[in-house]
Amino acid sequence: MHIEVRGLNKKFGDFQAVADVDFEIEKGQLIGLLGPSGGGKTSILRMLAGLETVDDGDIVFHGKRVNDLPPQERGIGFVFQNYALFKHMTVAENIAFGLEVKKWSKQKIKERVAELVDLTGLSGFEKRYPHQLSGGQRQRVAFARALAPEPQLLLLDEPFAAIDAKIRHELRSWLREMIDRLGITSIFVTHDQDEAIEVADQIMIINKGRLEQKGTPWEIYKNPESPFVASFIGESTIIEDVSALRGFGGSGELPGTKALIRPEYVEIGKEHDFELLSATETGRVRHIHFRGSEWLVEVQIGAAKLVTYRSLEKEILQPGDEVRVLIHRAYLFNDTNSWVMENKLKEDPMPVHI
Amino acid sequence: MRRLWIGLTVAVFSVLLIIPVIRIAMGAFDEGWGGFARGLARPETLHALYMTGLIVVIVTIVNTLFGVMLSLYLVRATWLGNKVKQLLNSIVDLPFAVSPVIGGLMIVLLLGPETALGALFNKAGIDIVYALPGMIIATLFVTFPLVVREVMPVLQEIGSAQEEAAATLGASAWTTFWRVTWPSIRWCVVYGVVLTVARAMGEFGAVLVVSGNILFKTQTATTLVYQDVENFNLTAANSIALVLAAGSVTLLLLMEWAKSRREVH
Repeated sequence: MHIEVRGLNKKFGDFQAVADVDFEIEKGQLIGLLGPSGGGKTSILRMLAGLETVDDGDIVFHGKRVNDLPPQERGIGFVFQNYALFKHMTVAENIAFGLEVKKWSKQKIKERVAELVDLTGLSGFEKRYPHQLSGGQRQRVAFARALAPEPQLLLLDEPFAAIDAKIRHELRSWLREMIDRLGITSIFVTHDQDEAIEVADQIMIINKGRLEQKGTPWEIYKNPESPFVASFIGESTIIEDVSALRGFGGSGELPGTKALIRPEYVEIGKEHDFELLSATETGRVRHIHFRGSEWLVEVQIGAAKLVTYRSLEKEILQPGDEVRVLIHRAYLFNDTNSWVMENKLKEDPMPVHI
Repeated sequence: MRRLWIGLTVAVFSVLLIIPVIRIAMGAFDEGWGGFARGLARPETLHALYMTGLIVVIVTIVNTLFGVMLSLYLVRATWLGNKVKQLLNSIVDLPFAVSPVIGGLMIVLLLGPETALGALFNKAGIDIVYALPGMIIATLFVTFPLVVREVMPVLQEIGSAQEEAAATLGASAWTTFWRVTWPSIRWCVVYGVVLTVARAMGEFGAVLVVSGNILFKTQTATTLVYQDVENFNLTAANSIALVLAAGSVTLLLLMEWAKSRREVH
């Protein structure tokens, strides 16, 4: 289903939950609404579902304005954060509910339920009640129940929030696979950036009720359009005076310009690790943290403190060690603008051609 | 010390509950089966029991229906402001705080024959006070919080997510209520109904004030017991009281059963 949202606004009392949100979603895409808690993501999702009234703006499904349609008539499936399974019904009854309401024939309901039970890997659990299932299984029942009446749009509110980390990973890829197979337009809400980056075709970053940026995960990572997006996606440190760093001289001309540097923009090592020593700085290791699959190194350069990752295969650094630091790029921003700046000294000023 | 406390508790319990019931049973049978049967078979007894039964049935039906509706509105309605909800919520408890006699008096003052409203109804041929309608209103007033107070906390606890899920699956409000909400609250409603029946059966003060206790007309079982005691007809009074007590005990057993069912889901 093609979805268009124009000038969407929602207030709860004095609190502006959603402010002037516009976006368009192509058929068959999986969209992640990402942002901090209380940022308005769930309100947007609930307005799309018709569970919340719209104060101002239009929601258009397939070229038809649906603002005044109740949830029953919007042709959507909704997966709730805590699944909201009907607790006095079995798995099969939960899945069949939407079909019974739509007055499908007994035979067709039976077939559809069997199909969904199979699809979601719940075979053998049809007769169980929700309280007899694990979190992951409940999630899949909620998913099957939402999909049963063949909705055109699937909305998922923090679908993995209540599931432990290991199963969450499995479920994520399972969901991605399932949605690809069905080709159903889907929107999910999450506050977990890894989840959004891993699963979504496109991410919409929502903050304080506003849509900060929409794009593929890679675009958002590479070209953040606002300081908020830059700092929200990935890890980063903010540097007050970037012109003091080697390779970024002259960038501090505009007053109030700050830099955001991601760990992966920074490389550290001994002198022989770098071809262009002139582009590097001298720094001192302050702390090292073991991160399971790599080291997280905090390094001090003058007044600035940066963090970076270091492979476990490399020589282990100790706090206090002197190292060379190469900053590949920085994301600069001030009150009006933001832009990405590459290290100017990385290009060899005097290339030697043999 | 501990023994003393246990002894004291047992003593209070028996003085307050057990001994009166035994005393009533003994009083009812002090002339043997014959006295008990004679007390019950009097036409005024039969009429009074009929009145009580009629009031219980009507009050229970009305109270259950509107109690469930009000609970739903107070918990779920988004069109009611929070302030209004709080106000209504505290008004629901009013009958708990006000003595039933005062409640009855309010009805007499509002709908009695001398008042404008009462006169209006009288002209239309409907007597409210000193007639069945007033007695029903008085009993409704007294029992009103019982169902609401049972159902509201459960509605709050289960939240609206299941109902919203039903809506997104295409279920109408009616289907959602019967298939999703009702199964979660039914045992609480049963519990509230049992409490309502027990309270309606035993109500005395409010009914006495609005009924005028007119023989063969507005006399209920409880007010007949009162009148029999006044007339030193103790055997008959004890017989009716015993029947009422037996009814209450049955209800209490039912209530225990409803309570255990309520905890299952």
